[in-house]
Amino acid sequence: MKTLRQRYIRDRIMVSLLIISTIIVLLPLLIIIFYVFVNGISALSWDFFTQELGSPGRAMQGRPTGLVHTIIGTLVVDSLALIFAVPIGIGAGIMLSEFPDHRLNPTLRVMNDTLNGMPAVLKGLLAFVLIVKPMGTFSGIAGGVALAFVMLPIVARSTESALMSIPWSIREAGLAIGLPRWRVINSTIIPAARFGLVTGMLIAFARAAGEAAPLLFTSFGNNYLSNHWTGMIFGPVDTLPQRLYSLAISPYSHWHEMGWAAAIVLLGFVIFSFLVARIATRQKFYT
Amino acid sequence: MEPDIVRENNTLKQTTTEHNKSFTDESEIRMQTRNLSVHYGSAIGVQDVTLPVYNNKVTALIGPSGCGKTTYLRALNRMHDLTRGTIVSGEVLLDGKNIYDPSIDPVIIRRRVGMVFQKPTPFPTMSIFDNVVAGLKLVGIRNKNLLNDVNERALRQAALFDEVKDRLDKPATSLSGGQQQRLSIARALAVEPEVLLMDEPTSSLDPQSTNRIEELIHTLKEQVTIIIVTHNMQQAGRVSDQTAFFYVGNLVETGETKTIFTNPKESRTEDYISGRFG
Repeated sequence: MKTLRQRYIRDRIMVSLLIISTIIVLLPLLIIIFYVFVNGISALSWDFFTQELGSPGRAMQGRPTGLVHTIIGTLVVDSLALIFAVPIGIGAGIMLSEFPDHRLNPTLRVMNDTLNGMPAVLKGLLAFVLIVKPMGTFSGIAGGVALAFVMLPIVARSTESALMSIPWSIREAGLAIGLPRWRVINSTIIPAARFGLVTGMLIAFARAAGEAAPLLFTSFGNNYLSNHWTGMIFGPVDTLPQRLYSLAISPYSHWHEMGWAAAIVLLGFVIFSFLVARIATRQKFYT
Repeated sequence: MEPDIVRENNTLKQTTTEHNKSFTDESEIRMQTRNLSVHYGSAIGVQDVTLPVYNNKVTALIGPSGCGKTTYLRALNRMHDLTRGTIVSGEVLLDGKNIYDPSIDPVIIRRRVGMVFQKPTPFPTMSIFDNVVAGLKLVGIRNKNLLNDVNERALRQAALFDEVKDRLDKPATSLSGGQQQRLSIARALAVEPEVLLMDEPTSSLDPQSTNRIEELIHTLKEQVTIIIVTHNMQQAGRVSDQTAFFYVGNLVETGETKTIFTNPKESRTEDYISGRFG
């Protein structure tokens, strides 16, 4: 039997360990944010948001250069990915959660987990085979499809767990007043779970928005802004993570700086979408 | 405890004798099961239950935990359809028609046979008003006047109207447990069911709320036929006209509540009612 004092000390040690691990978890994030800002802030200028990149010579000759085409391209490709992945992912999640006895579900679950564990570069290859080869060109669509493969399993799994968190009794209550099954899911379960659903979508979005590998041979990259918006969808298009990579490995110090600035924008982009979604889904009723 | 039951039964006697005829009158049967069995995989939940339920009467299902009361109740509006591996055999007749007939849509059956659960189940994202009229609004009825009328009627039937009439747009989850349960009852009544199944509706409530719901059952039976599962024998004595005693998945005995409580035929019923087990 330990004395009260020993137990007290042990408790203090455990709590301290928890606090230390929390700090260790937060530290890399803070370091990244700090480092990115210190290095990139000087390259953020009006030109950065309004000009296209062009050739390396452009910067060396002192002509204005920026990443407007990359920012717009990222919005286009990520939006396409969301459009492809969210309906299918939510559908799969509803299937897993609301029809747990369905005979397709064990297969669906295994496939979903496999897709989630698959390296992102292979998803790029898949999109290359499915979209780029038949279309004969790199394109924003192909990039969107590749990123959708990244999002899909995350959306499906998070939808499942968000819906499962709603007590089963709510479904029975819906059925008991003579509502059809789909009505119960649509009008009572999904609204109750919407906070979790959007959080899941955001996690998927944030994951996909930071992926460069699946885009290498799908959206390919582009130094210039397309003349027409269709060029962004049906032609090669630039995206932030991929541009960040190519700027970082370039031999020009000006481009290195722009790479840091691109990282700030990417970070801000993800944080901003988190904020917007949080506000949009602020619970009308607290449960 | 004993005198309580006796007293309640005396008041019951008066009400039941005048309706006595209906307990033998076939035409007064609203719903009945014939050889109803429910299996979960290989386990048997309910076995071979034949039980008539009379129009505008309250039927109480009593018995120890795990005796199949709830399983039986859930078979009466096809709630078991959701759980794969549950096999229902035998017949459940509602106005003479088998509700398990392949041509019957379970959604229609559940409109006619409503259900109130053990715990209050308000829809968490909806207001009080939207909860009450959910069964109408969510199938496309948009007529404001009609919805308002139904809302008021159902809330009055559930004896909740006066407490919530000034805050119908507030979340249903802001109500107390007892109010939430009456809201669940109002929501069930809004779609005008003919039969109302109640699965231990007061088990999570305090005595005062329990009392209100029991009073409610008394007035509701004028309009609906009620089947109530209860753990509480005094409650069965207070609210029901007919009592059915279940034991390990079997219906041991059924009859007028007065008879079951004062003069049961089976010794197991007597043992349970007198508190020797359960």
